[in-house]
Amino acid sequence: MGVTVDKATLLRLYEKMVLIRAFEERFRQEMEAGRLVAYGHLYSGQEAVAVGVCAHLGPQDYTAITYRGHGVAIARGLDTKAMMAEIYGRATGTNRGRGGSMHIADFRHGILGANVVVGATIPLAAGAALSAQLLKTGGVAVAFFGDGAVNQGVFHEGLNLAAVWKLPLLLVCENNLYAQSTPVDYATSVERLVDRAAAYSMPGLVADGQDVFSVYQVAGEAISRLRAGEGPIFLECPTYRFSGHYVGDNTLRYRSREEEAYHRERDCLRRFRERVVADGSLLSQELEALDGRGQALLDEAVRFAEGSPPPPPEEIARDLYAS
Amino acid sequence: MAQRRLTYIQAVNEALRQEMRRDPSIILMGEDIAGGAGREEQGIVDAWGGPFGVTKGLIQEFGAERVRDTPISEMGFIGAAVGAAMTGLRPVVELIFSDFLGVALDQIMNQAAKMRYLLAGEVKVPLVIRTTFGASLTGSQYLGGGTGPQHSQALYAPLVHIPGLKCIAPSNAYHAKGLYAAAIRDDNPVVIFDHKLLYPQHVPVPEEAYTLPIGRAEVRREGRDVTLVGISRMVDVCLEAASALAQEGIQAEVIDLLSLSPLDEEAVLGSLARTKRLVIVDESYPRCSVAGDIAALAADKGFDFLDAPVKTVTSPHAHIPYSSALEELYLPNAARVVAVVKEVMGKE
Ligand SMILES: Cc1ncc(C[n+]2csc(CCOP(=O)(O)OP(=O)(O)O)c2C)c(N)n1
Ligand SMILES: [Mg+2]
Repeated sequence: MGVTVDKATLLRLYEKMVLIRAFEERFRQEMEAGRLVAYGHLYSGQEAVAVGVCAHLGPQDYTAITYRGHGVAIARGLDTKAMMAEIYGRATGTNRGRGGSMHIADFRHGILGANVVVGATIPLAAGAALSAQLLKTGGVAVAFFGDGAVNQGVFHEGLNLAAVWKLPLLLVCENNLYAQSTPVDYATSVERLVDRAAAYSMPGLVADGQDVFSVYQVAGEAISRLRAGEGPIFLECPTYRFSGHYVGDNTLRYRSREEEAYHRERDCLRRFRERVVADGSLLSQELEALDGRGQALLDEAVRFAEGSPPPPPEEIARDLYAS
Repeated sequence: MAQRRLTYIQAVNEALRQEMRRDPSIILMGEDIAGGAGREEQGIVDAWGGPFGVTKGLIQEFGAERVRDTPISEMGFIGAAVGAAMTGLRPVVELIFSDFLGVALDQIMNQAAKMRYLLAGEVKVPLVIRTTFGASLTGSQYLGGGTGPQHSQALYAPLVHIPGLKCIAPSNAYHAKGLYAAAIRDDNPVVIFDHKLLYPQHVPVPEEAYTLPIGRAEVRREGRDVTLVGISRMVDVCLEAASALAQEGIQAEVIDLLSLSPLDEEAVLGSLARTKRLVIVDESYPRCSVAGDIAALAADKGFDFLDAPVKTVTSPHAHIPYSSALEELYLPNAARVVAVVKEVMGKE
């Protein structure tokens, strides 16, 4: 990729990616150590997608995310302390302890909820894109979803709606090759997921979901086109989740060691480091400082979560209706 | 000799296996029920065996044609199961969590439920939909939480509402095995609700195949003072409450509803006629619920028996929270049942 990215942006991209990885790995450690009981789906391996896309979003833009959503949440600027507290089920959590890992989201950061229902992000984001279009906010909406979602009815209805209404909607398909244990090629009739776009007469783009430069560039162009009113765009990002479907899932029951090793070689963090150090755009000390900062933030996040109170009983009956 | 014990998961697995051996028209469909797309040629067999391991080993015995992994397309494969059921197969499909009912609801309530009626009784729809429900109490206040508001609901009431469907909620491995077999042999669409927390629990289960009648409740403990009606895991809560109440001289009868639709009115009213008091314990939301339905039955057909108001112990009319601290408060438990029983006994 020939894209040139200024130094401040480079630092920002790396900072976010490292923070996501640190968050996920810390979450896993806490669970494995028995200090936490949760149902969690890690984003490790896919960081380039969230960070590369969200780098182009501002306060007027919306994202709808999934249960594998910590990456986008951090990329959108959510506080890792509140995120960790949510997983610990505390009152100080992003969702006040109501949702846990799978639902971490903050509407104040433009997140239309983190959804466990596969495919549900698509029409929600289409609706936000409709608001942007009718209210002329200049904003766009981004639906994140996995390879498994492209076979849901709601995917097809959502894409068609977005296309006929020319909505400013970016459909980011994070193709990590598996839906739970099911390989994408078994479950899907098309060879490349991006080919689904043609059926709805919308442009289909592909970016390397393990290379933040690629995602940053392709998503940047796509989002500019959305802002120019060209209508929805489908963006497939082939990527890989480094760990199980959920924390505790043994991947070797359905993926080979060789396949895993191949994708770990292509780790977005490692490729970023190698590239920027090799071309002299960043110093390894600058990267290490950000690595250290990520770890420190996570220490702080866990301390904060553990020290926070559980939600009070009256929380159960709150926010069922707007008053 | 000690009787063989099976977990709920093993009991369902055994029922599926025995029924599939008996009847080659039975097929299974669902997401990751084999796992890894059931690719035996790649040495990937039973990668998951179902999200909860319920269907483990079945693909080895029955092959990928009969044990079919599906794309994530509940509307599609449940609809296809209805069509297949009408035309010679007996599909057993898995909907991972009852929370995803919405995705496939039309296929269930307008298609499966109404086909026989609309086609003038010319067709049968021998379809089983198995799904899971319920909270997942982590057991500790400060360790995190359960599965949250989109993975923990007890959504049987919407289906009990629909004529043409049968709905059952087994309370342990023994009942699960017999009711699964009955559901599979039934010529109507039957939806089975498995409580996630019951899956690892084990009780004695006979090895041979057997059925238990759909539409029949069971008295799990006899008592003369009050009738407790429980659904699925709440039966254990009722039994625990009954033990505690016995210490205080109150003899509670515990009815395990088992079948939510059809409802065993006779069992409920018969017990009520003896005890004169009724408390229904249901993990679900209280509005338009099975608990409310049974209370209405008592008011309608059992009013003359009643010595006290009918009470329900349910979740609040609120979403099920993630935080383990809140989830615990949210759910009915034995202490709450005991308190309500004392209230209806006039012994606060
Ligand atoms: C409607 C619906 N059906 C089934 C599930 C259970 N489920 C949770 S995640 C998942 C796999 C999703 O795979 P994919 O879309 O590729 O996302 P990934 O987990 O790989 O990020 C499934 C089947 C669900 N959450 N929602
Ligand atoms: Mg996937």
